[in-house]
Amino acid sequence: MMDILTVVLYLASSVAYMLYLFFQKERFQEAGYLLFGMGFLAHTLGLTVTSVQTGYLPIHNLRETLGIAAWAVALVFLFLRFRYRIKITGVYAAPLALLAYIVAMRVPDLPPTQPEAVYSSFWFFAHVITIFLGEAALAMACGAGILYILQENAIKEKKRGFFYRRLPSLEQLDNMGYTCIIAGFTALTLGLVTGFLYSKLIWHRFISWDPKEVWSVISWLIYAVLLHERLVGGMRGRKSALLAIAGFGVLLFTLFGVNFFMDGHHGEFTRF
Amino acid sequence: MSAWDERYGVMREIVLTGLNHKTAPVETRERLAFSASEAKEALGALRARPEIDEVMLLSSCNRVEVLMAARDCDAAVAASKSVVADFKGLPVADFESCLYTHHDNAAVRHMFRVAASLDSMVVGEPQILGQVKGAYYLAASEKASGPLLNRLMHRTFHVAKRVRSETGIGDSAVSISYAAIELARKIFGSLEGRKILLVGAGEMAELAVEHLIQHQAGDIFVANRTLERGVELARRFNGSAIALEELPEALKEVDIIISSTGSPTYVITRDMVKQVVKSRKGRSIFFIDIAVPRDIDPAINRLSNAYVYDIDDLKEVIDGNIESRNVEAVKAERIVEEGVVAFARWLEGLQTVPTIKAMRSKVGSIAECEVEKTLASLTGLSDEERAAIRRMGQAIVTKVVHDPIRFIKDGCHNRDESRALSYARSIFNLDE
Repeated sequence: MMDILTVVLYLASSVAYMLYLFFQKERFQEAGYLLFGMGFLAHTLGLTVTSVQTGYLPIHNLRETLGIAAWAVALVFLFLRFRYRIKITGVYAAPLALLAYIVAMRVPDLPPTQPEAVYSSFWFFAHVITIFLGEAALAMACGAGILYILQENAIKEKKRGFFYRRLPSLEQLDNMGYTCIIAGFTALTLGLVTGFLYSKLIWHRFISWDPKEVWSVISWLIYAVLLHERLVGGMRGRKSALLAIAGFGVLLFTLFGVNFFMDGHHGEFTRF
Repeated sequence: MSAWDERYGVMREIVLTGLNHKTAPVETRERLAFSASEAKEALGALRARPEIDEVMLLSSCNRVEVLMAARDCDAAVAASKSVVADFKGLPVADFESCLYTHHDNAAVRHMFRVAASLDSMVVGEPQILGQVKGAYYLAASEKASGPLLNRLMHRTFHVAKRVRSETGIGDSAVSISYAAIELARKIFGSLEGRKILLVGAGEMAELAVEHLIQHQAGDIFVANRTLERGVELARRFNGSAIALEELPEALKEVDIIISSTGSPTYVITRDMVKQVVKSRKGRSIFFIDIAVPRDIDPAINRLSNAYVYDIDDLKEVIDGNIESRNVEAVKAERIVEEGVVAFARWLEGLQTVPTIKAMRSKVGSIAECEVEKTLASLTGLSDEERAAIRRMGQAIVTKVVHDPIRFIKDGCHNRDESRALSYARSIFNLDE
């Protein structure tokens, strides 16, 4: 039941944000924000109930993993919206959360294949949460990057079309993107560390060279380079935005693509 | 206080006459424009005319208008024309063909539209409201305005404010300097603390710098071929003057550059900017090139995080904004109409009290006349009896007019004063 409510609210929020994009009326944006918040509450409630009932965090298969991913996106968006007040970000955040959730619902609920001990450790919990929050933040950074590119093109090419009026300043987009990258990178780092620690705990080795681990490190490196260039080389604006977009592409592959195209122990969590 | 003229038993009406940039060429407008002190004197002359009861004079580079309240509007208009003609030493025939005259609701509508900047050369311009306010305050302080114009002008400011806040009519830039600021804000977000460099001089460039200062811009640097001019401008903006040779170095620090020199070649080249990109650490830099021939190498626009807008680019921004202003203007016209209707209703309400008074007075005087006539022909009545008969007369008057008064007041409550009033005035034949 919570499922349906969550989807309906995320859907309503996405619609409201689309209306805001096209008609720029404040009340659409306010409605979108409110509906999204309510959807998040419903979502959180649903997850809590499931966790309490089963005693474990719901990340046994693709269905549940996507659900958590959607939840992380929602949480990060709400925080960013509150902090940065860039209203237009709802236009990609709401549909993203909705999409992840809908896909999650369409995927069958398969029983777990690992012993429960695997799922119930604190490190496991920490690893999953930090990875997903990191990915949500980097998804927002990617979104901010896309908006930055759109706005920069409008200003540079002097074609102030549909987006020009609706987007905030380049500076605001760049700042928000940067914050997302820092937060996301930090979370990702913690995620990798907890992952290695956890692996040592149950499989007695820090790293198994599982494809997901390899690609995670590759993703991590991309963002590390981005941050380095920004802090030391003063790379900001357009190049930073492009790297944020590319980095997220690699991250998406790491999260889902790897599991579909390659084998490894992470495959258990994205079975469908 | 009332616009009802007690002496003559008629309402004053509103009339407006004048010319603007649409009806008169600039030479005529120039000849008829009034400076602040001239306006004061002219108001006195207009006020002194017996045909004119209340008057306000509005004079700007694009219009000269006289707003009046009078009992006989045509006479007032003629009087105002002759006062202006005398004052300016210009025969009426020279400007009469350029004049428009609006009565009652049309005059109210015109005033609202003018103040809301709907009649301006650039719809949505912000200066006109200040000019209208100035004209009104002058009229008020010279006691040239009265209850009707006072009310009209207060409503005018209210309508203008509504238009500004409820429509986007003034939102987007339609002047070069405002367009530049708008772009700067799309790049930098807040302009607070941003460093500005002015290269050269010129009205538009200096205006842009002033706007930037209003937005809390940071340090201002001025570079000019002539050091004295540079120093003078720097002093005006509370900034510092630099020599043209120091310009490349200055590019490391400043965020917004406004250039307006007479140089036939580029004052700022691509190489100059390329060299400072690294030390700027990727911070955005915005060049506003108002000069023709251009001062700033357009190739700079292709560099990372650098933006160059020349005067044609800025004009394009303005054209786009004018389009959207016209859309907003439609909303504004609706707000103006609402104001006109509300004002007309207020005006009608003014007639209520005098009508009731006139009705009571007429019936009362009929009764009094008959009572006294009858008493005069009756002899042998005691004083008490006479008093009783007089009281009877008054009681009859009060009871007779009670229902008509109720009818008029109900008309007011149902917002239908004019019908109720006109019936009452007809039935009692008050307007003979």
